[in-house]
This record gives sequence, C-alpha cells and structure tokens, in this order.
Amino acid sequence: MPDMVSSNKKTFEKSSLISYVLHLADSTLILSQRNSEWCGHGPILEQDIAITNISLDLLGQARSFYQYAAQLKGDSSTENSLAYLRTEREFKNFLLVEQPNGDWAQTILRQFFISSYQYYLYQYLQNNSDSTIAAIAEKSLKEVTYHLRWSSEWVIRLGDGTAESHQRMCKAIEELWRYTGELFLPVAYEKELGIDVSSLKEDWSIKVNAIFEEATLPLPEYVFMQTGGKTGTHTEHLGFMLTELQYVQRAYPGCEW
Amino acid sequence: MKSTTIDKKALYTYLEEINDPEVPVLSIIDLGIVRDIKLRDDELEVIITSTYTGCPAMDMIAAAIRVELTTLGFKTIKITRSISPAWTTDWMSEEGKRKLQQYGIAPPDKRFSIPKDGVECPLCHSSNTRVVSEFGSTACKALYQCNDCKEPFDYFKCH
Repeated sequence: MPDMVSSNKKTFEKSSLISYVLHLADSTLILSQRNSEWCGHGPILEQDIAITNISLDLLGQARSFYQYAAQLKGDSSTENSLAYLRTEREFKNFLLVEQPNGDWAQTILRQFFISSYQYYLYQYLQNNSDSTIAAIAEKSLKEVTYHLRWSSEWVIRLGDGTAESHQRMCKAIEELWRYTGELFLPVAYEKELGIDVSSLKEDWSIKVNAIFEEATLPLPEYVFMQTGGKTGTHTEHLGFMLTELQYVQRAYPGCEW
Repeated sequence: MKSTTIDKKALYTYLEEINDPEVPVLSIIDLGIVRDIKLRDDELEVIITSTYTGCPAMDMIAAAIRVELTTLGFKTIKITRSISPAWTTDWMSEEGKRKLQQYGIAPPDKRFSIPKDGVECPLCHSSNTRVVSEFGSTACKALYQCNDCKEPFDYFKCH
C-alpha cells in the first residue's frame, strides 16, 4: 500500500497548493478591485493616479497567480474562469481586502497593512521550493516595496497631520485592526505546504509600530480578531463586490473584447 | 523563410522595429523585454518578460512580435513569457536611455532609485526639479516638474 499512500499525499499536496495559490490570487484581485473604485474619485489627481497604479500592479500579480492556479488544476480552468466564475464561498481572500474603501484614511491604512504584509511575505516566498511561486514573489516584491513606501508616507502624513486627519486615521484603525489577525493565522492548506505565515508577524508588527509611532497614532489594545476569509467565510461585502466584478461574464458567458 | 537563411542577430534587428505601445520611442529591444530567441529547425521561440506584472502592453507586444515574424516567413512561432529573473531598468540599453531623454522623458538614474527632487529635466537639463507624484501615467513612470523651465515631465523610474 505505500504507493497508494504516497499518491494520496501527493494529491492532497497539490490541492493545498492550488488553494494557496488561489488565496494569493484572490487577495490581490479583490484589493485591486477595491482600489480601482477610486478611479476618477481620488482626493487629488496625482493620488488618484497613484492608487489606480497600485491597483494595476495588484491585478498583474493576481493574473500571474491565477494563470499558475489554472495550470496546476490542469482542467479547462483559465485565469478568467477562476476570477469570474467562482462563487463567494470559493474565494479565499483576506477579510481585510474586501472591506469598503471608506474615506481616504481607511483606504490608505488598508493598503499599508497589506503592503507591509506582502513586503515580508514575498521576501519569504521568493525562497520557496516551488519555483513559480518564488518567481512571482520576486517580481511582485519590487512593486510592493514601492507601495509600502507610498502608503507608509501617507499614514504618517494623515496621522501626524491635522486634528481632522488624525481622528480619521484613528477611526480607520478601529475599523480595520480586527481584520489583521487573519494575516498570520495559518490555515490547513498553508500548514500542509509548510508555509509558516505566523513567522511574518514579528517583522510586520515592528514595521507597523515604527510607522504608527512616527504618525503619532495609538497602537490598538487587544481586540477580537475576525477570521474566515482564507477558507471562504466572508463579511457581507464580498458578495456585492463579486456581483459587480463578475457581472459581464455572468450576463454574457464567454464574452470577450 | 527557413531559419538557415536568417541568423539570430538579424532577428534582433527586425524586432528592433517593434516599439512599446506606451512609450513609443523605445523598441522592445531597448527596453530589454526580449530575453532570448531560440531558433530550431522549423520553430522560432521568442522569450519575453513583462516590465511590471500588470503592464497592459504585453499582449499587444506579443501580437506585434508574432506579426513581424510571420511577415518574415516563419510558420511556427512560440512566444514564451518568463518572469524570472525579474525585469529591471538595468537592462535598458544606453541607446534607449538617450532616446527617452530626447523624447522628453528623464531616463532611469541610479541616484534616484527612490524618486526625489533633482532628476535632470530632459528639456532644459536643470537639476532644480521636484517630484510631483511617485506615480505617473503608466506604472513605469513618476511625475516631475522643472522649477526653472516650469515644464512638467515624466521620469522613467528605476525598477
């Protein structure tokens, strides 16, 4: 029976790998979609362009991950079918990225939390034994480094800005902090692949503490952390997002332009 | 046309004709997008890499390569996208940098790997310039303004 055991193990690993790649793809796609909602509505033109540029980078990263997931699945899946034809419960993105844009402070804080996470995650993944994941991570890291610098500067500018901007950042922290615990809580498919996301927490916390300190922002007290996004249990916002994101493919299946 | 009648060097010359749709003054060779060309008996493989992961020009570039090579008579053309090693502005040719400057875009400059004030104005060559935004009209550029001639200009970021 050893052959059967090893073949079962292999199948299980492959399914974990597909889940993990989809988790990376979904998290970048959904944040890209959220940021793109700012297109034409940014507080000033240059920042409208900045947030939509970040959106485009994230979309590019998402495409790389979806293409790889489709290849791993080896069926009729494509990057498009994975993005446009999966349901809410199949999406494995972080709860944080599906949260509404709110005001500019909330969008900036969400971006900062994710960019600092991606900054350490991609450094970690670029040494992964899976060469495709490592290559996507290596390439994406260059883009993320830029996003992190930009969003850090904005957190500082708003936190250490006017009484109004400071208060709005505090409100954003109160709103979003509860979704940051999930970033470091490994789920079954990560454990199976030996991807230890909890190891990223220390570097991330040091970074967040340093920027918050410079921004004169308070570090949150203990709050209950919301989880579930990585395994498909989402907040009420994701369904509405997917309705818009997937509308054309649902209404006109297979449509291209 | 059979591969025996055309060599790799000549192929690079033909691909020089294809420009980046977003920065039309640069060819895909200047940008370092074409990583390798492999000639086999009947098959020609071109390996390309994207500048930024989300660069929307890649599909157009791949199509343009296919058209160019088909025109040359190649029947079996394979275009492979590679992501590693990650593209860097270090691969941009000196000729490319010169063309960028003439076109009015400040070329990548190692001293400004993080965009900050002082990138040389491609129009009046003053270094008295300021960053307007770290992000520009495309993923690869940042927006500047010259304090002397007052012209706004793009800076092709180090990547």
